[in-house]
Order: sequence, then structure tokens, then C-alpha cells
Amino acid sequence: MIDRGLFRSAGFRFGAIYALLLAISATGLALFLWWATAGLLERQTQAAINADAQGLSERWAEGGLSALIVTIEDRLAQNVDDDAIYFLADRNMRRVAGNLERWPSNVTTQGPLYELQVMRAGLRSLANVQRYDLPGGFHLLIGRDVQVRAQLRGLLTDAMLWALLVVMLMATAGALVVRNLFRRTIANISATTAAIARGDLTKRVTVAGRGDEFDQVAEVINDMLDRISRLMDGVRQVSNAIAHDLRTPITRARTRLEDALLHADTPEAMRAAIERATADLDGIVAIFQALLRIAEIEAGSRRSAFTRIDIVPLLAEVEDLYGALAEEHGISLVARTPAEAPAYGDKALIQQAVANLLDNAVKFSPQGGTVRLTATVGATVNITVSDQGPGIPPEERAKATDRFYRGESARSTPGSGLGLSLVAAVAHLHGGELRLEDNHPGLRAVLVMPTPEEAEPRPAALQPNHDFIC
Amino acid sequence: MRILVVEDDKDVAGFVVRGLREAGHVVEHADNGRDGMFLAASESFDAVILDRMLPGGIDGLKILETLRAQKNAVPVLILSAMAEVDDRVKGLKAGSDDYLTKPFAFAELLARVEALNRRGKGEGPVTKLVVEDLELDLLSRQVKRAGQKIDLQPREFRLLEYLMRHAGQVVTRTMLLEGVWDYHFDPQTNVIDVHVSRLRQKVDKPFPTSLIHTVRNAGYMLRAEQP
Repeated sequence: MIDRGLFRSAGFRFGAIYALLLAISATGLALFLWWATAGLLERQTQAAINADAQGLSERWAEGGLSALIVTIEDRLAQNVDDDAIYFLADRNMRRVAGNLERWPSNVTTQGPLYELQVMRAGLRSLANVQRYDLPGGFHLLIGRDVQVRAQLRGLLTDAMLWALLVVMLMATAGALVVRNLFRRTIANISATTAAIARGDLTKRVTVAGRGDEFDQVAEVINDMLDRISRLMDGVRQVSNAIAHDLRTPITRARTRLEDALLHADTPEAMRAAIERATADLDGIVAIFQALLRIAEIEAGSRRSAFTRIDIVPLLAEVEDLYGALAEEHGISLVARTPAEAPAYGDKALIQQAVANLLDNAVKFSPQGGTVRLTATVGATVNITVSDQGPGIPPEERAKATDRFYRGESARSTPGSGLGLSLVAAVAHLHGGELRLEDNHPGLRAVLVMPTPEEAEPRPAALQPNHDFIC
Repeated sequence: MRILVVEDDKDVAGFVVRGLREAGHVVEHADNGRDGMFLAASESFDAVILDRMLPGGIDGLKILETLRAQKNAVPVLILSAMAEVDDRVKGLKAGSDDYLTKPFAFAELLARVEALNRRGKGEGPVTKLVVEDLELDLLSRQVKRAGQKIDLQPREFRLLEYLMRHAGQVVTRTMLLEGVWDYHFDPQTNVIDVHVSRLRQKVDKPFPTSLIHTVRNAGYMLRAEQP
């Protein structure tokens, strides 16, 4: 009863791999054991026969047939284990000396080691023998009784066959355990993602806290989900904004046009009304553009333009652009930057973010006030713009970067309420944040970015510690 | 200038064609990609205004790429509703000289198209720009008016250089921001006006006649005072 999906299941695959590996390892171990026991005994037998042959051939060379016969008798007498087999035969294969009754008929050539049944002292036994032909037509048979060894080998074989069965059972059981473990670990992730797919964006993958690979995956998935829900919130915010906040300027433009249609008596009045309505529409377009740009930045697609940059010349340019404006408003713009401040990011976006901050600072500073633009490099790269305007009360700071949010003190000044949203979006894109602080009096806006060493993507695909910045 | 407008939206096309003709240009119009491609490839124009999304199976970028592949260097301005930075980059990479997003003010379009005009611009690098009694030396980076030396900050120098290179043409605030500061966004406050007004203090104020003029609802123009 194997269902078709079984082979496609990763859990099953892992289980099968486990079983296969176990089987291969067990077989390897068995082969080694065989080689080290039964194989060793066989090699010992061969070595003993060789040693005997060496000794006997020396005796033959020294003393001829009689010396050989004496030596064979001696050795048989001294053989405590009673496992030695010698048989010396003449040219007619008749017995001259030795402890076998007759020459085994199937031992016909020199060289190979024969394994055969022999009759010894009226008992059947198993022996390994080797034949040596001597000068003068004599034949010598040297061997060892291996009956005990054969029994041992049989025991080993039996044990290994049983072991094979045990290994198969263990492999199957282990495979099931591995598969279930895998399933259980994945179940957490798949249940969460399934819930997300159904539309429940609040679910998160449980992090076991072991800091292992599964935890890393879980954390990456959770980061991804956080980001998706942030983006979704952004989309919701934008649609709400379009529904409510754009209604006001659109109403104004529409009213102007309708009013002109109904009440404008002169071509000049008509022209003036149309011009003002066009300006209103331009304002609406500008808001749209700002919204789209923020959305584009938040989508993260602009990270392709990231390079290593020095923000000092970049700040000098923005300072140059706004210095004249500040002076015009009777405000002094003071910049203090280090010799260099390397960062990793999109030059145009950072420029626009700083421009937005300066724009606000100049707009809200009182006459005679000072706007400071500073950059510091430490654990992070900070760009600070501080003014002496009304500032943002602490309770409003969290909301200040929301789209279309305009503080109480900003209601009377022109603006769309998108400036800080863009700065915050740029900061997030760079893996940093926008901090709004009290300047006593005024506002201090700090654009915090990671150092290039930290921000630049490293070649490794997966970091050992999961410091993924989203 | 002889200008080709490739634009499928009747209202936009009618408005642009009428406006360009009123400004004294000769205008041809194509309302689909196929005709646009044919006209652009077979006739000679001083500038082409190209919409990106066109009916007829051939879009604006395709026309542009074909022209550039044929070594046709006619100045092209893309006029498109596709406003993302990537779209803009794609357009400029395909070989367009300028990129303007819809909706647009006609004054902006006109100024940009006229700035594309390469006619009358001599070969080789220019070393000196002269308008009336105002002289700007690009090599020694000196500015003189009526023989009198004017001290300018580096940025003011570049601003004046840009205005003088486009002498007699309307230059919009966005063009200045892009051309002089290389900024591709609109600041909320009009910082450009402040810079132009400072330049005027130095270049126009001490002299009997003004060269830098404000063009209402459009931008600025540097030209000799009309008699």
C-alpha cells in the first residue's frame, strides 16, 4: 500500500536515506568483522602450513627421506592441539608416514589450498591441505584440521544473517522516526504559512530557541512575514490616505472650477480660477508622486542602486542647495562633517532624505535660529539635522513618520505630511532608522545608517548568526 | 524646429501639437507605434516626443532602440505615465535624451524639447559663452560683464553656465535642479528661486539691463533685453 506521493515526500526521502546509510554502514562493519575473524583464521592456517613446508623441506635437504620421516613423527607427537596433518606418500601414493589413512584422491596438483573432508583416527573431519611434490617421486601433504574453525565460521555467518535482519528492522524503524521528526519540524512552518496563505497575517512560526538551522529558517520566515504585513499596512494606509487626505485638495480644485463656471463674469476671473485649479491639481500630482516614490522605496526594489559612497560631499551639496534658502529666511545653516563618512547606499535617496529634513528644519525654524547639519561615524553612520523650531511632542513622534500625518504645530504651514515618511522609508531601505529627538528647543532628526562594513552584502549566502536586515 | 509627436491619447496629442505649433514649430503627429516608427526612421526631425505605451504592437522603447540601432541620433524625449525610477533609467538607457512623466505642464515640455535642439551648436568643445556683454570663460572659470569681473561661487558659476548654454530658451526649475545639482526630485520649497535670485544680485543688479528673466508659470530665461 504505497501511495504515489510517498516518493515525493521529503520526509520519506530523508527516512530512506537514513535507512540506506545504516544498511551500508552495517554491511561495511560486517565485512570488516568477517575479514578480521574468519579471514584471519584462514590466513593463519595458510601461514602455519607454509612454515611447516619450509621446515620440512630443510629437513629433506639435510637428511633425505629418513630425516623427513623422523621429523614428521616428531611433530605429530609434539602437536598438543592435535590439529596438524602430515602425509608422506611414495610414487604409488602409498603411505610412508603421517596421520592420514590414505592420500585424498582429489588433491592432484601443487599450489592451491584444498579444503576437504578427511578421515582421521576413524573420525570425519574438515581440513585445509596443500600438496608438495618431492624429488624421487615422493609426495608430501601438509595441512591443518579446521573443523573447529569451520564451526566458528558457521556461527559467525548465522550471527551476521541475524544481524542483517536486525539492521533492516532498525533501518525501517529509524527511517520512520526520522520522517516523523522531519514532518513535525516542518509542520510548524507549513501550518503557519498555510494560515498566512488563507489570509491570517498574524501567525508566526514558533522559534524553538535552540538557534539551529530550523530556528534560523523560522526567524527568516518571520522577518519576511513582518515585512509583508508592514507593506500591507502601508498599502492600507495609502488607500485610506487617498480616500481621505486627497479628498480635500481635490474638493478644493473642483470647487474652484465649478465656482468659476457659475460665477466668473470676466475672462480674467475665469483664467485666474483655472490657473489656481491647475496649481491645485499640480499639488495633487506632487502628492501622488511622493506616495509612489515612498511605495517604491518601501518595496525595496531600489537596493540595486546601492554602492559604497562617501556622504560628506553629498551633504556638502545639499548644504549648498539649502544654505541660500536658509539665509533668505534669516536662519543660519551650520554644517559639521568629518573628513569622510563612508556608507553603503543609494546616493540620490540619501540626498533626498537629507533635503527633506533640511526643508522641514528651514520651514519650522524661527528667524535668527540655527539649523545644524552634522554627520558622525561610529558604530553607525548618523546624519543629524537639528532646528530650533516648535519640535514634535514626544507622544506624537511615533506617528510623525506616518503618511499624511501632520502635527498640531504644522497645520498652519504648507506641506503634504509625506516628508518624514520618505525619510523613514529611505532609512529602512538602508537597514537603519529615523530617530526623532528633542533638541531643547526644536527637533533633532537623526538618520541612522549601518556602517558600510555591516551593510554591504557579504559573499556568504547564509550567515552563521541570523542578522538579516529587512 | 521640426518635431515628431508619437502619442496615442487624442487629448494629450492635440494639446501638445497645438502648443508646439503656437510656439512656432513644425509638427508631425503619429497616433500609433507603427506610423511613429515609419515617420521617425524615414524623415528627418530635430526632436521626437515619444510616448512609451502605444497601440500598434510597437512601443516607444522599441522605436527608440530601432532608431539608435540605425545610428539615428535624433534627440528623443520620452513622455510617459511610467514614473518609477527604474522606468526612467530604462528609458535613458535605451537612448532617450530626456524623460518627462505625465501629467506634465506644457511649459515644462516645451522648455525641455527646445533644450534638445542641437542645431547651431558648433562642433568641438566650447571654451567661451557670450550673451550680450556677459562673458563666461569655461577654461579660466572667469565671468565678466561689460568688461567687469564678477566673482561667483562654484555653484553659481555652474548655474550661470547652464543658463548661458540655453540662452534664449526657457529653463524650468526642474531642469536646473537636474542639470546643475543632478537632483531628480522636487524639493517642497523653491530653493532654485533663491539661487537664481542670488545670481541675479551679482550678474544683473549692478548693471543697467537685466539678462536673467522670469518666465511666468515656467521658469527662467537668459537673453538680451528686447528692444
